[in-house]
Amino acid sequence: MGDANMRAELVSPGRRLGTLARHLGVDYSPASSSLMASHNASEIVTPSPTAGSYDGSVFANVVQAPEDPILGVTVAYNKDPSPVKVNLGVGAYRTEDGKPLVLNVVRRAEQLLVNDPSRVKEYLPITGLADFNKLSAKLIFGADSPAIQENRVATVQCLSGTGSLRVGGEFLARHHHEHTIYIPQLTWGNHPKVFTLAGLSVKTYRYYDPTTRGLNFQGLLEDLNMAPCGAIVLLHACAHNPTGVDPTLDQWEQIRLLIRSKGLLPFFDSAYQGFASGNLEADAQSIRMFVADGGECLTAQSYAKNMGLYGERVGALSIVCKSADVAVRVESQLKLVIRPMYSNPPIHGASIVATILKDREMYHEWTIELKAMADRIIRMRQQLFDALRTRGTPGDWSHIIKQIGMFTFTGLNREQVTFMTKEYHIYMTSDGRISMAGLSSKTVPHLADAIHAAVARIK
Amino acid sequence: MASALALVALSAPFFRAVPLPENSMFQRIGAEKKHGNPLFKGKDFRRVSMTVSVNVSRFEGVTMAPPDPILGVSEAFRVDTNDLKLNLGVGAYRTEELQPYVLNVVKKAEKLMLERGENKEYLPIEGLAAFNKVTAELLFGADNSVIQEGRVATIQGLSGTGSLRLAAAFIQRYFPDAKALISSPTWGNHKNIFNDARVPWSEYRYYDPRTVGLDFDGMVADIKAAPDGSFVLLHGCAHNPTGIDPTPEQWEKIADVIQEKNHIPFFDVAYQGFASGSLDADAYSVRLFVKRGFELLVAQSYSKNLGLYAERIGAINVVCSSSDAGTRVKSQLKRLARPMYSNPPVHGARIVANVVGDPILFNEWKQEMELMAGRIKNVRQRLYENLSQKDKSGKDWSFVLKQIGMFSYTGLHKAQSDHMTDKWHIYMTKDGRISLAGLSLSKCEYLADAIIDSFHNVD
Repeated sequence: MGDANMRAELVSPGRRLGTLARHLGVDYSPASSSLMASHNASEIVTPSPTAGSYDGSVFANVVQAPEDPILGVTVAYNKDPSPVKVNLGVGAYRTEDGKPLVLNVVRRAEQLLVNDPSRVKEYLPITGLADFNKLSAKLIFGADSPAIQENRVATVQCLSGTGSLRVGGEFLARHHHEHTIYIPQLTWGNHPKVFTLAGLSVKTYRYYDPTTRGLNFQGLLEDLNMAPCGAIVLLHACAHNPTGVDPTLDQWEQIRLLIRSKGLLPFFDSAYQGFASGNLEADAQSIRMFVADGGECLTAQSYAKNMGLYGERVGALSIVCKSADVAVRVESQLKLVIRPMYSNPPIHGASIVATILKDREMYHEWTIELKAMADRIIRMRQQLFDALRTRGTPGDWSHIIKQIGMFTFTGLNREQVTFMTKEYHIYMTSDGRISMAGLSSKTVPHLADAIHAAVARIK
Repeated sequence: MASALALVALSAPFFRAVPLPENSMFQRIGAEKKHGNPLFKGKDFRRVSMTVSVNVSRFEGVTMAPPDPILGVSEAFRVDTNDLKLNLGVGAYRTEELQPYVLNVVKKAEKLMLERGENKEYLPIEGLAAFNKVTAELLFGADNSVIQEGRVATIQGLSGTGSLRLAAAFIQRYFPDAKALISSPTWGNHKNIFNDARVPWSEYRYYDPRTVGLDFDGMVADIKAAPDGSFVLLHGCAHNPTGIDPTPEQWEKIADVIQEKNHIPFFDVAYQGFASGSLDADAYSVRLFVKRGFELLVAQSYSKNLGLYAERIGAINVVCSSSDAGTRVKSQLKRLARPMYSNPPVHGARIVANVVGDPILFNEWKQEMELMAGRIKNVRQRLYENLSQKDKSGKDWSFVLKQIGMFSYTGLHKAQSDHMTDKWHIYMTKDGRISLAGLSLSKCEYLADAIIDSFHNVD
């Protein structure tokens, strides 16, 4: 998808030269190969982009990129003057009052850091804050994980989930023999772009079944079964984005067996540990199952949602390897990916995380605040489901309470969504995804009305 | 068992055979039973474990990467137990007591931010608007026509490295035939950045070892010989690693040849205010090119001048011929940032916005910056005096005074630099570069002795 966009917008050198030549009044025939084929700078007259004093810009061939579809929802929401507008677009947690939330424990950690006179702002190592890395690995794999005990995990601090995925992807493109990554159909819109720019080729495996609004498990198994040995498989650890549809533990086990027997390489995206069910261990089960069988995998971890550290860009990439020796070498190569990208990662968010994770009392306070966020979202699911049932809205809406995490894939179509935005000022992505975190008890009735009307008026 | 063997056979070309301990798989099973993992039935797991354990790591072929040449110096310094040791490796400012330094204005800004209790929501892809505004104004001057006319596309980036990388990715996408020209020598990471972004590069002569100064004729000749429309990477001030900057007259001539060849100037500004102590003086070269009407790129960093090393805060600025071009360029830079890290970290950006955007803090900053730059000038002076007094050979050491910024090219070659470390426990990079920020007045004499000894007695 990202690839197609790129190709469409890249003007071929021939066309670019032709345009410039016209501006300069130079005779240029596209059929003439001399301009293109010759590499000798002194032979050819290369009409350079800055040549001529016309309205010429070096950037003449740079077209306006489309607005990011997800972030564009908030842009539209902000413009709407209606007092009843609701933003169910971007995936950031909101309180009952519709406000962003900074966790108390995060504020406390920040106080400690800012008021510590011994604290400095020296460059972190390329791999990031060492404490943060160790604690992050323990959080996701479990403190008693054999992989950790045996030093088989290479963990590097990265810029939240996106950065971890990108660094992991670049590493695989350089060091893994198979450059195809299978991503679920559907998945987070940024996934294909991240992996394509990392140098991997992106294929999809069936995932979401619109007829059941659940998992197309047969399709998933069939598609992964066709994947070549060594192919990388992107798996959402929990709370699949955008559908909220997760495999059951039994299904995870079958997926694991298939992946291991086919020699595929799992790459987990863990953006919601603790945020999905309210329980940190439960939300890491899928990953831990894979690590427990002794095999290798990659994990991209984000603290954006579960610690509310969105803008601080805190995350970690872990690569679980067969041996400690391999892990050491892998880490050294990860550094070569990171150094020319941003040299070393930002300290602030990682320090907050490390402060919380290493302090027993603060860790405990975090788990309580985390559960409160998860519980509120689960309550919103129940309330919305009940409200639709009360209104007698036609259709089976049980997927609202079956799906997990911040998002619900309503099953509403594009026209219905447009209707809801126009008539009810509900802002959501056109694929029918709503962010439950953006709902409150006060706004649930309004949303239910909107859905009810949309389903009634538009098929 | 057969399937496992088939798996090994299939994957034979890709895995180097590594003999595994005979009982490895049983060890793993034993461990599993000990943990009592309820998710697995013993029989199934045993089969899977066998399938997995005959495989070698997918990453077995990954070789150990060499340590980073610059960052590796600090590591070596750390483990040296000699009392006289001196770290003149990495470019981070040190006080006269050789301690890291967090600027007072930064501490004040962080306290303010804490008191305000700001949220941690995602920044837009292009970063904090207030940060982008003050950053462009700082660089070009608030009353500069490019700012007034809205012709600058500014995107917050991950310090200098991240900003350079975004620009390089942009060049690769929109100028796929274009080359980057970098000085010989230049900061070691420049090459890595262009390599990873797949932008071809070549070098222009810069350092003249005979004069320990600028090879100006060579520089101009090489820029002239390059294909039209190349991107010329220029250090705005305080060239890294040499400390040698062109004079204003030389800058004009460099601009002439760039114009003649329709090259695009690409400035790396990592030391604005830090080099001379004056923000405006250090922006001279950039502002000259802007005045002459070039479209150009500037990668900016606040690591040194605001001491925000670990916060990773900088920007990429693109000066365009029209505000429309600027808008389009900005949109495409965003499209490159999104699959790299989605949006940049908020903390450092807020610090900068608070300091640079507040008249009182801004003035305080200027004073602190003058102190930092002043200290470096003082050690240069002292080092020069010590060298001149103690070296009886009559060698001209005045280049120490003529060079500017944090770094100095001593003119020592690799063997001599190694001698500095082996005999004198002075840590520096092998190219003869020393970081004056890591030098105190009290150690100048010792350093002078070491340099004189290495220069004269090592071939």
